Amino acid sequence: MTTPLNINGKVVNVEAAPDTPLLWVLRDELQLTGTKYGCGIAQCGACTVHLNGEAIRSCQAPIASVVGAKITTIEGLAGLHPLQTAWIEADVPQCGYCQSGQIMSAAALLAKTPNPSDADIDAAMAGNICRCGCYQRVRAAIKTAAGAQGRVRRGP
Amino acid sequence: MNAPIKSFPTPTRREAMVIAAAAAGGSLLIGCSPGDVLSLGADSSHFGPFGPFLRIAPDGAVTVVSKHIEFGQGNHAGLAAIVAEELDADWARVSVVQAEANTKIYKNLGVGGIQGTGGSSAINNSWDQLRKVGASGRAMFVSAAAARWSVPADEITVKDSVVSHSSGKQASFGDLVADAAKVTPPQDPPLKDPKTFTLIGTDKVRRKDARAKSTGGAQYTQDVHKPDMLTAMVAHSPRFGGKVKSFDATTARKIPGVVDVFQIPTGVAVTAQNTWAARQGRDALVVTWNDDKAEMRSSDAILAGYHDLASGKTAPAGKLKWQTFEARGAARPPAGGKVIEAAYDFPYLAHAPMEPMNCVAEIGGGDPKLTTGSQTPTLDQLNTAMIVGCLPGAVQIDTLFAGGSFGRRANFKSDYVTENVHIAKHVGGGRPVKLVWTREDDMTGGYYRPLTHHAVRVTLGEDGLPVHWRHRVVAQSIMKGSPIGGGKLDESAVEGAMGSPYLKATANVDGQVTFPDSPVTVLWWRSVGATHTAFVMEHTVDQLAWAAGKDPVAYRRALYAKAGADRHLAVLNLLMDKAGPVTPGWSRGVAVHESFGSVVAQAAEVKLEGGVPRVGRVVTAIDCGTAVSPDQIAAQMEGGTCYGLSAALYGQITLKDGLVEQKNFDAYRVLRMNEAPHVETYILPSIAHPTGVGEPGTPVIAPAVANGLLALTGKPTASLPFVKT
Repeated sequence: MTTPLNINGKVVNVEAAPDTPLLWVLRDELQLTGTKYGCGIAQCGACTVHLNGEAIRSCQAPIASVVGAKITTIEGLAGLHPLQTAWIEADVPQCGYCQSGQIMSAAALLAKTPNPSDADIDAAMAGNICRCGCYQRVRAAIKTAAGAQGRVRRGP
Repeated sequence: MNAPIKSFPTPTRREAMVIAAAAAGGSLLIGCSPGDVLSLGADSSHFGPFGPFLRIAPDGAVTVVSKHIEFGQGNHAGLAAIVAEELDADWARVSVVQAEANTKIYKNLGVGGIQGTGGSSAINNSWDQLRKVGASGRAMFVSAAAARWSVPADEITVKDSVVSHSSGKQASFGDLVADAAKVTPPQDPPLKDPKTFTLIGTDKVRRKDARAKSTGGAQYTQDVHKPDMLTAMVAHSPRFGGKVKSFDATTARKIPGVVDVFQIPTGVAVTAQNTWAARQGRDALVVTWNDDKAEMRSSDAILAGYHDLASGKTAPAGKLKWQTFEARGAARPPAGGKVIEAAYDFPYLAHAPMEPMNCVAEIGGGDPKLTTGSQTPTLDQLNTAMIVGCLPGAVQIDTLFAGGSFGRRANFKSDYVTENVHIAKHVGGGRPVKLVWTREDDMTGGYYRPLTHHAVRVTLGEDGLPVHWRHRVVAQSIMKGSPIGGGKLDESAVEGAMGSPYLKATANVDGQVTFPDSPVTVLWWRSVGATHTAFVMEHTVDQLAWAAGKDPVAYRRALYAKAGADRHLAVLNLLMDKAGPVTPGWSRGVAVHESFGSVVAQAAEVKLEGGVPRVGRVVTAIDCGTAVSPDQIAAQMEGGTCYGLSAALYGQITLKDGLVEQKNFDAYRVLRMNEAPHVETYILPSIAHPTGVGEPGTPVIAPAVANGLLALTGKPTASLPFVKT
């Protein structure tokens, strides 16, 4: 059956069963592959997208539940988001597989909390696993993007 | 696009024997060069004038071809920097591409002569090779300019991809590349004096993939879409060693989008039009398993058997026996003296990279083709060739970024790769098939860090230092049956204990290991043996220091002096210099360990919150020889620490009656943002040959934390993880 979805500012009609998770429609039908599969049970955050500006796990969102909502994926962040600039500047990514989800969670955080504290960052980002362990650079890049002083320290 | 179709190569009888022998680990025995044998069928005729590692475009853009996969460790930046330094290229105009599979050309000069990435060897084995590539390219530009300007070559300089003469004449790489391409590459180009490096060792060396990986544009195997591609999933035996007895696909075949269901050696495969259909189809299968040869025990029972072996209550069964890994002086402990006994248990660990295992295969109708994050292309070629019946070099591999590996994608059986080769062979016609493992498939799929037990009994002399060290290790062998193993002693289980400065400083050592078998599959896991030996050696030494009434850092210094372990001492001194006083309210533990040629020392500040260790500031010092990319070395220390701490705090795979109890990140807990330490990295200045970085940062944090807790509570840690759920 056909389901209309508003993705990155465009309405697209997708042919998929209504209980299909948004993640697989994005990846397999629309080939928006920046949004990643990591666990399928909302534990890792790799599939994070925005639903009306809120960070959600697309692996747990059947397409029938998101009709009419504005969906934004990593591909839909306007231009190069300040977070992405900060990410590149700090060389945050290692394997990079989780980074779309990290950035989408951080973008939702900064939209609501422009100058987040460490506790704010912990609360917003604890749902995004990075197995490479880029956490301290993620934290620094969020602060850089927020205009705060980054705290990356390194030896001589 | 499929690979160009050409005549399908069939191995001669001798070649087939060689391939089979190589697969069985015997290639060295029959006197063949493995690189030559394993690249049979490969095309090496198409490399450009600058050779297989360097391409220079008409506009002067420089492309470095990496023989090593990039899955986070930052080696692409470092490898490109080595070439760019000697080439005097403009770093901003240097990019990196992944090499094709060709063992003869792209073999790892350090690890087994196969094309592969592992053992923290990328920079180490490429150092001389890529310096020459860059220097040779530079010399070609200098020759071309000298000829064009009719000036002596020694009056020419190169900087940032611009060639200059003292007269003021200048030309860019782009201006000169057509002429430079005609110059015969020098055999032995002069290399720079390291003191004149302007790129290597500076913070200018940055990742080349950060933008692609920050915008969703980087492509992983999971993201591959090809025309007419099928997606496959497989129902695997829930127990290791189980086989399909029978299956009923009636319901699965009714799922919209499911294309076919069929049995393969590792289970029952479902092919479908997309991932979600494949998953639903796979989950709808009803499979009955034959567990006659399966592991039916619980991990607790397996571990209890290890304890009995170590204590001498039971003897190794069948052909298994105790093997000596280090012995010196008297095996029997002396009478008297202070005796410290410690025993340690380490669980099975899953690698759990963010991208679960996957592979795209196209079989039939031309050369076999794989598109995957291939960590060991030679082995993936060989194992594919064995199934398809072709020369290994004819197997094309398009290696993409992988979303982590930590060792999992370097598998001498190419487990998930061959699984998909069987599926794609069944599908046939060269139709692309993407095999997708779910997180649950990945986590229950084995190839774990082996369950391991250590028992240590140390006698101290009158000076408080060890005079006798008895050490028993029980672990399943990683290398048994591997084509790149084959030695009598699987050192991967004892590396880090074997050759430890603490054993060197001890006059009498009795170190033995035994390797029980199990159908549970095991594999190297970031830092391999050091994942447990570093813990045993470093936590034991702290217990010895406390027993001797000495400060653990001073105690280490005394042992390093006695063992002549100058690098350990220098790194420990750098660490203590940078660490300064302990933050009030925290306890601090120190650990030092050498792995993959590098020595890493850490001082970790810990406290207990509700009985759970919390780790704050972690100061790290490393001697990794020449630091090619200081920022990426720091990144690997940060990441390696998180990976090691994740396992130390929470990591364990347990079996209940043979069934894996952790299937996803809800039960296999990993480190998250709110638990991550802050890691400071200090690099010991060095101009020595570069050594490993990807793994050495992982094994040190667990003993550093245990030592911090020992100082805090007086209680040693006898098993990991610290938090048992």
